[in-house]
Amino acid sequence: MWKWLHSYADPQRAYNLSGTLLPWFATLAIAFIGVGSVWGLLFAPVDYQQGDSYRIIFIHVPAASMSMSAYMAMATSAFIGLVWQIKSADWAAAAIAPIGAVVTFIALITGAAWGKPMWGTWWVWDARLTSELVLLFLYLGVISLYASFEDKVLAARAAGILAIVGVINIPIIKYSVEWWNSLHQPATIKITEKSSMAPEMLYPLLINIFGFGLMIGAITLVRFRAEILARNGMRPWVRELAKAEGVK
Amino acid sequence: MNKGISFTQAFYTLLKRDLQIAIRHKGDIFNPLLFFILVVTLFPLGIGPEPQVLSRVAPGIIWVAALLASMLSLERLFKADFVDGSLEQMLLSPQPLSLMVLAKVLAHWILTGVPLILVAPLLAVLLHLEDNSYGALMATLALGTPVLSLLGAIGVALTVGLRKGGVLLSLLILPLYIPVLIFATSAIDAAGLNLPYSGHLAIIGAMLVGSLILAPFAIGASLRVSTN
Repeated sequence: MWKWLHSYADPQRAYNLSGTLLPWFATLAIAFIGVGSVWGLLFAPVDYQQGDSYRIIFIHVPAASMSMSAYMAMATSAFIGLVWQIKSADWAAAAIAPIGAVVTFIALITGAAWGKPMWGTWWVWDARLTSELVLLFLYLGVISLYASFEDKVLAARAAGILAIVGVINIPIIKYSVEWWNSLHQPATIKITEKSSMAPEMLYPLLINIFGFGLMIGAITLVRFRAEILARNGMRPWVRELAKAEGVK
Repeated sequence: MNKGISFTQAFYTLLKRDLQIAIRHKGDIFNPLLFFILVVTLFPLGIGPEPQVLSRVAPGIIWVAALLASMLSLERLFKADFVDGSLEQMLLSPQPLSLMVLAKVLAHWILTGVPLILVAPLLAVLLHLEDNSYGALMATLALGTPVLSLLGAIGVALTVGLRKGGVLLSLLILPLYIPVLIFATSAIDAAGLNLPYSGHLAIIGAMLVGSLILAPFAIGASLRVSTN
């Protein structure tokens, strides 16, 4: 059933496929984030309690939710790489890690900037904030473990194990606002029931969340292609590619 | 086919061997313990000797010092065996690797976790811990330090092959230690206020059971990566 997928484990095909997909992801990401941000920042109605400062939600929530999704994507590809010994999956995990770290950092910074006017403080040691900070540390751990091995095959496996162990943190972040009394507000977007948010605010937010997902996909593809080239530098097809680009 | 010794025999042989080695190198037991005591001693000097302040921060100080001491002692868990090649013999043996790993982690906990639990009440006296917190302190340390050894062993197994593993190790395992720290200190605080803390203990116990089951596999897989 999954046989057709196997041929994409081949580095050259994976490289070409991600090259074909890249413009789609990039264009759609720019379109979505453009529409969502303009709609959210300029046209969405003003919040009756928070005034205009709530508008950072259109960056903060997409970054925060995508920081967890990127981690799951990284851990899933690390798992595939470990179990089925597919090297392309390992490279994909290595490609996602720095992007996820940056997105987590964006979520923390925008959260701090939002917390200052609303809660009167940049930072509280609250369950959700702390677990998001731990997520950043986990990303940094995976990145530095990957960087500290000379042999990148081993590096990917070691970082993959760490990424899989760290998955335990994801449900803790997701449900922290429900399990503990937290200063952070509970989730306003719900998949199964009606969201507790006005639709004029909800739609630009959803558009931006999709946009962030597409953006992470696009940047991952760029980094994935670079990772493939770096790990296959001695292969004939990479050499021909380099020759075609005019490298001596 | 004859598989040699049984699983139980292999487990106890390895446990006995590790304990014997450590008893012959007494510094391995006493240095982390001394470090633990020294770190705790630094805090009253740093934040001032007022009993009210100290009793408020005592649970946190004792637990953070315990985390650091456990991390410091973890480094030598697999190092010597990795260097002299006996780790590879363990990987090649017919007994399951997760069983051997569990024996090594248990030995490590007996050598570093148990002395730490025994010396903790003494330090708690020095830090003016609330009288009704002692039970919670001992219970959280008894349930929590094995979790530290198990989770830490994953990080050590990942970095044992690296020359500069020390700083990296702290980056890898301290984030994983945070949940234990949070629940342990809040249990001790709750006990100080005469509130029930069995819920916190139950969560630490769940962490212990979970890591007891899953960590040996992760440690084994990491060792196979590191020794390659």
